[in-house]
Amino acid sequence: MWALLAAGTLGLAAGLLAGLFGVGGGILFVPTLALVLGLTQLHAEATSLLAILPTAAAGVWRQRSYRNVRWRAALILGVAAIAGVEGGAQIAEALPEQALRRLFGALMLVVAAQIAVRVWRKPAYPS
Amino acid sequence: MRLVAIGFLAGLFSALFGVGGGIVVVPLLILLAAYTERPAMGTSLAAILLIAFVGSVTYALHGEVKPGAAAIVGIPGALGAVAGAALQQRLANRTLSLAFAALLAGLGIWFLV
Repeated sequence: MWALLAAGTLGLAAGLLAGLFGVGGGILFVPTLALVLGLTQLHAEATSLLAILPTAAAGVWRQRSYRNVRWRAALILGVAAIAGVEGGAQIAEALPEQALRRLFGALMLVVAAQIAVRVWRKPAYPS
Repeated sequence: MRLVAIGFLAGLFSALFGVGGGIVVVPLLILLAAYTERPAMGTSLAAILLIAFVGSVTYALHGEVKPGAAAIVGIPGALGAVAGAALQQRLANRTLSLAFAALLAGLGIWFLV
């Protein structure tokens, strides 16, 4: 019972992140499915994709009414990403995972800093 | 062409680290494709919908998807997404950018250690 409640609450939080930032929510869905509901890592990652469907659909439905969705771009991004998944699966088998994780972590810090600097430089109220 | 590269990178990273494409797509749309925050995030979510649909069908064919568990987190997830989108619409672009940068930095540190 407590596990269900915890999983539902974490799901709600994942959805909040998805709607707020346009990410899928998998960051929270995968650990919740694995650690709270006890799925294996593979099943958690697969099931996370299914959980993202209602989450992303609800988010897109709202974002569409706010006129934030560019459909053509989304289609191009989506199709290219599916091709990228295939490439990534092959690289994942060839390279050491720990080194890749560190590299990706460092990359995210650089990008975060770039976004913050960009906000800093831009005037708050452009004339 | 930039969109193709951004999408491809997002797919690559999501296969390598199990992070959804959004964490890659949103900053790249903002930094490389001159999107402002809200369109970047709305468009990213629509792309993710497509990616997750194809991905979950593929996994489901292998029998690795647990629909009950997906519903337990996914239905509250849908409610959260509606609330999140409404909140996003009320925040200034700067606030949104800085909050996203903070999320990204937090994840970066988590991946590093």
